[in-house]
Amino acid sequence: MSVILSIQNLGKTYASGFEALKDVSLDIRRGEIFALLGPNGAGKTTLIGIVCGIVNGSAGRVCVDGHDIARDFRAARAKIGLVPQELSTDAFETVWATTRFSRGLFGKPHNDAHIERVLRELSLWDKRGDKIMTLSGGMKRRVMIAKALAHEPEILFLDEPSAGVDVALRRDMWAMVRRLRDAGVTIILTTHYIEEAEEMADRIGVIHGGKLILVEDTAVLMQKLGKKQLTLHLQHPLAQLPAGLARDALQDARDGTLVLADDGNTLIYTYDSQTEQTGIAALLRRLAELNIDFKGLRSSESSLEDIFVNLLKEHA
Amino acid sequence: MTREADVPGNPRKAGRERAATTGALNLYAIRAIYLFEMARWFRTFMQSAASPVISTSLYFVVFGAAIGSRMGEIDGVPYGAFIIPGLVMLTLLTQSISNASFGIYMPKWSGTIYEVLSAPVSATEVVMGYAGAAATKSVLLGLIILATARLFVAYEIAHPVWMLGFLVLTAITFSLFGFIIGIWADNFEKLQVIPLMIVTPLAFLGGSFYSINMLPAFWQKVALINPVVYLISGFRWSFFGVADVSVGLSLAMIGLFLAICLGVIVWIFRTGYRIRP
Ligand SMILES: Nc1ncnc2c1ncn2[C@@H]1O[C@H](COP(=O)(O)OP(=O)(O)OP(=O)(O)O)[C@@H](O)[C@H]1O
Ligand SMILES: [Mg+2]
Repeated sequence: MSVILSIQNLGKTYASGFEALKDVSLDIRRGEIFALLGPNGAGKTTLIGIVCGIVNGSAGRVCVDGHDIARDFRAARAKIGLVPQELSTDAFETVWATTRFSRGLFGKPHNDAHIERVLRELSLWDKRGDKIMTLSGGMKRRVMIAKALAHEPEILFLDEPSAGVDVALRRDMWAMVRRLRDAGVTIILTTHYIEEAEEMADRIGVIHGGKLILVEDTAVLMQKLGKKQLTLHLQHPLAQLPAGLARDALQDARDGTLVLADDGNTLIYTYDSQTEQTGIAALLRRLAELNIDFKGLRSSESSLEDIFVNLLKEHA
Repeated sequence: MTREADVPGNPRKAGRERAATTGALNLYAIRAIYLFEMARWFRTFMQSAASPVISTSLYFVVFGAAIGSRMGEIDGVPYGAFIIPGLVMLTLLTQSISNASFGIYMPKWSGTIYEVLSAPVSATEVVMGYAGAAATKSVLLGLIILATARLFVAYEIAHPVWMLGFLVLTAITFSLFGFIIGIWADNFEKLQVIPLMIVTPLAFLGGSFYSINMLPAFWQKVALINPVVYLISGFRWSFFGVADVSVGLSLAMIGLFLAICLGVIVWIFRTGYRIRP
């Protein structure tokens, strides 16, 4: 598969002396949806900023479809559309004028048919004559997407597209992202939600403290990291884990682990959510056989935080 | 150190290579920025044009008609007419600066500048769009004020082509200056301070209302440090054929100031000063 965006040994130290990116290397494949995950301040926006020409890099090299972003900035930037994290729009402009402006700015001749298509797709067509200041936050975000798509980019950056967006719009947005991908557009998005990355992305990169600590196919990563927990609140506390619940006694649950916590009041079962046999059925059966009653149960997925903690432990 | 040349956005390298690619200008981008800025202006045209026209009219009424009728001629020109070039210059300077500085400061302030920074446009195109629009606006205002002045005072323009030349050149130069202020300013106060504290006083002291030949010898020397003296003198010459300093010197001074502004702007875009962290 060909590489459309190549980032090599990228580093960024802000004027304050803060090192926001440390030796980041990453190849984005043509036509993929790539999710960049990372906690606040990880360096996601900085990375995107450098690729798009908003931030000056301090070290390294970036090529967009073979064009160096410094030496050949015109060719490189013409291929990129950016929807930034912050909502910043020209309050007094109309939706139509601002979208049309974007196309011209990126060096393309007028194509009102294309602008109309983009606005219709984002359900903004009826609002085309409205001033941006009169739109809701979610609509403003759509206007920013429309602006980014006005010049028919080959690569689209979406910096936290789901921030402040309701469920319906998020669904529409993901549908649109998939349509764009089907049309050959490469999409790089950032998010804090692992579920979102899981649902959307072909590959996931995790960035933390300015370092890219992992890049993996989504399916592989989910397998590695997607752990679920089942918490059982017991009717009567147990002094210790009964022999009947020992690991080899639960044959089905190969990867699951069971621990007794909270002074013997709760049982926590951690298992791999990706496999067919989670071992839950066997566990519950065994509890019944041992006459261990529970008054309630709760299931939770490992959060992004847990994943980071795990990753950081691994990469320490 | 050897890798420095490969650093993206490396100031020296980026600057050199940008120069190489400006052969093909992104004309669509220049047009987009220019029309966007002009549209913004026309939307509020009445406000934009009204205040300079009204304030200049007041000057004509007070200085031209009321006081001017009691004053003699200066360099053979009736006082009411004498002040016209200076007043037009005054408006031209302040409007060029404020239009251009606002034009670039606003997107910086609202964050919409991200789009210009991420677009395939060079410094030249950005400046041509923003400063070009600002200069157009102030030239139009200058012409409106000249027309307004005709209602109060009868005057002739001796060298109309030169007059237009001075008007356009000054508007461009001070729009570039305003662009620099807009980039430099990181709050609204800074945006106002240079036009208010430096440009307006210099314009008033630059011979809008008098010929510097009327000053005592010492102050005449001091006045020659004031760059605005050269602008007004040259501009006035294009009207009445009389000047405080030679026309060539006036042109040279505008050219010098233009070159300085261009130099600063090139430096700003090479280093990303206050626009690219
Ligand atoms: N202009 C700047 N000057 C100095 N430091 C900066 C600047 N911009 C960002 N930083 C710092 O760089 C680090 C990375 O910021 P960045 O915006 O890239 O994070 P992020 O991963 O996008 O975070 P979030 O999820 O909150 O959007 C942060 O610690 C931030 O404070
Ligand atoms: Mg961010």
